[in-house]
Amino acid sequence: MIKKFVVGSFEDEKDLFPAVKNVRRAGYKIHDVYTPFPIHGLDKAMGLRETSLHTAGFIFGITGTSIAVGGMGYIFTTDWPLNIGGKPHFPLPAFIPITFELTVLMSAVGMVYTFLWLCKMMPGVKKHHFNLRSTDDLMTMVIECTPNSNPLEIENFLKQNGAIEINTQDAEEGWWFGRYDKEQKLYRAEEVALEE
Amino acid sequence: MNNQYVAPAGFKKWSTGLMIVGLLTLILGIIFLNPLAGAHGDNLNSTRFWAVLLQNSIFFLMITNVATFFIVINTLAMSGWQEAFRRVTEAISSVVPIMGGIAMIIFLCLVLGHRGDIYLWLDKNAVAHDATLKGKQGFLNPWFYLIYSLLAIFLWSYWGKKLRDMSLKTDEAGTMDYEASKKWYRKTLGVSAYYAVFYIVTIGSLIPWLWLMSIDAHWFSTMYSWYTFASGFVSGIALLTLFVIYFKNRGQLEYVTNEHLQDLGKYMFAFSIFWTYLWFDQFMLQWYGNIPEETIYFKVRLQGPYEGLFYLNLILNFVAPILILMKRAAKRNYFIITFMCILIIFGHWVDFYQMVMPGTVRMHPHLSWYEIGIPLGFVGIIMWGVSRFASRVPMTPKNNPFIKESIIHFV
Repeated sequence: MIKKFVVGSFEDEKDLFPAVKNVRRAGYKIHDVYTPFPIHGLDKAMGLRETSLHTAGFIFGITGTSIAVGGMGYIFTTDWPLNIGGKPHFPLPAFIPITFELTVLMSAVGMVYTFLWLCKMMPGVKKHHFNLRSTDDLMTMVIECTPNSNPLEIENFLKQNGAIEINTQDAEEGWWFGRYDKEQKLYRAEEVALEE
Repeated sequence: MNNQYVAPAGFKKWSTGLMIVGLLTLILGIIFLNPLAGAHGDNLNSTRFWAVLLQNSIFFLMITNVATFFIVINTLAMSGWQEAFRRVTEAISSVVPIMGGIAMIIFLCLVLGHRGDIYLWLDKNAVAHDATLKGKQGFLNPWFYLIYSLLAIFLWSYWGKKLRDMSLKTDEAGTMDYEASKKWYRKTLGVSAYYAVFYIVTIGSLIPWLWLMSIDAHWFSTMYSWYTFASGFVSGIALLTLFVIYFKNRGQLEYVTNEHLQDLGKYMFAFSIFWTYLWFDQFMLQWYGNIPEETIYFKVRLQGPYEGLFYLNLILNFVAPILILMKRAAKRNYFIITFMCILIIFGHWVDFYQMVMPGTVRMHPHLSWYEIGIPLGFVGIIMWGVSRFASRVPMTPKNNPFIKESIIHFV
C-alpha cells in the first residue's frame, strides 16, 4: 500500500532521542527509525512492545524436545526394540544428548527464521529505502502521514527538532519480492491511476 | 545519597544469634557425638560429627571464594558493569580468610586424628593392603594434602586482600585521570592474572579432588573438579545477589538498578545449566560405561537412602532455575530473585551433602539438629563478616575508572 511519509534525518543520537520523544508527544505516528548501528534504549523511547521472539524460541525448543524423545521412544520401544548392552529399552540418560541437540537446533534455526520474518528481512525481499545514508552515518526517522495531516507542518516540526535532511516521499510501506526499478515503475502507474 | 552502611541492630542480632546457634550445636556435638572415638568407622556419631563439619566448611569456603573470583574475571575481561556493587563482592571475599581458617583447622584435626572413616587413605593399614590406594599415595598423603590446602587458602586470601586494598585506595586518591586509571587497571590486572592461573590449579583441578573426591578414595572422575566449581560458582553468585538486594533495600548502592539485577539473574540461570551439563556428563559417561568400580559411586546414591536426595538435587538445581528464571520479567523481580537465590544456595548445599555423606556415614544419613545447626553458624559468620567490611568502607566506589560504565549499564 502506497502512503505519504515525512522523512527526517539526524546526525547524532543525542538529537534523535529528544526528537523521538517530542514527535510522540505531538501525536505523530512514527513509522520506523532507521539507524546505522544498534542504539540501546531507542526501542523504549519509541514505545515498541516487547518482542515475542523468545516465546517463539521456547515453542520451537519444546517441539524439538518432543520430536527427539517421542521419536526415539517410539523407535526403541515399539517399532524396533533392540538389546544394546543390556540397557533398558527406554534409556533416558542415553537419549538426553540427542534431545538436547535437537532442542538447540530447532530453537536456533526456528528463531533465526522468525527473526527474519518479524524484521521483514527474508532473502530476496525488497523494501523502500527512505534515505540511503541511514546505512552509513545518518539516523532516519520516518513519520507516517494520515489523510488529515499536513506534511509541511511535520517538516517544520522536524526542522525545529534538529533534523538536517528533510523531505516528503510517497512510498510502498510493506515489502515485496522482485526488483527495485520494476516496482518503482509500478508506483508511478498506480499513482497516475489514483489521480485520474 | 547515603554512601555509608551502618549495620542495623536487627541484622547484628541475627548474625550473632546464628553464630551462637552454630557454636552451641558444635559444643553439643562435642558432648554427645563423641568426636574423638571411632577413627575406623566403628562409631557412626563420631563420623557424622566430622563429615558435617567437613561438608559445611568446604561449601561455605567455596561460595565465599567465588566473590574474589568474580572480581578477578571481571577485571580480566575489563568489564565495568559490576563496579556499582563491587564493594558487596569485596565484602563477601573478605570472609574467605575466616572460612579458610576454619576449614584448615578441620583438615588438621582430620589428619592428626587419622580419620580413616572420612578419608580412607589416612588409614595406614587400609592403604598397606590396597594396591589402588598404594598407587595413589604420591598424591593422597597427609603432607601433600595439608601443604596444598594451606597454600591454596593462603594465596586465595592474600590475593583477595590485595585486590580489596587496591580498590579501597581509589576512594582516597580522588578522581583519576586517564593515565592514572590505566596504571591502576594494569596493577589489578597483574594480581587478577596470578589469581586466575592459581584458581585453575586449585578449584579447577586439585582442590576438589583432595578435599571431596578422595572421600571415595577408589573412585575417580575427571569431571569432578569442574562440577564442584560450577556448584560453588552458581551458589556464590546467588549469595552475592542476595547481599546486593539486601544492601539495596537498606538504601545503599544508588547506581544498582534492575539492569544489574537482570545480569546477576542471567548468571544464575546460565550457571545452573552449566552445572547440570557437568553433572550430567559425569553421570552419563559412567552410567553408559557400566564399569563396576565407577558405577559404585552412583549405586550408593541412586539406590538406598540417598535416592530422594539425588532427584531433589536435580529438581532444585536444574528444573527450578531453568523454568523460573527463564523469563526476563522474573529476572527483574526482587521477590523471585531473592527466592531463587535461597533455593539455589540450599540446592547446592544439598549437592555438597550428597558428595560427602554416602562415602562417610554410608547407609545411615542423618538430617537433624546437628546437620542444620552447623550451617546456620556458618551463615551467621558470613553475615557478620560482610557487615563488618561493609560498615567500614564507602559502599559505592565513586572514583573507580569503570564506574561510569556501570551507571549507564543497560541490558
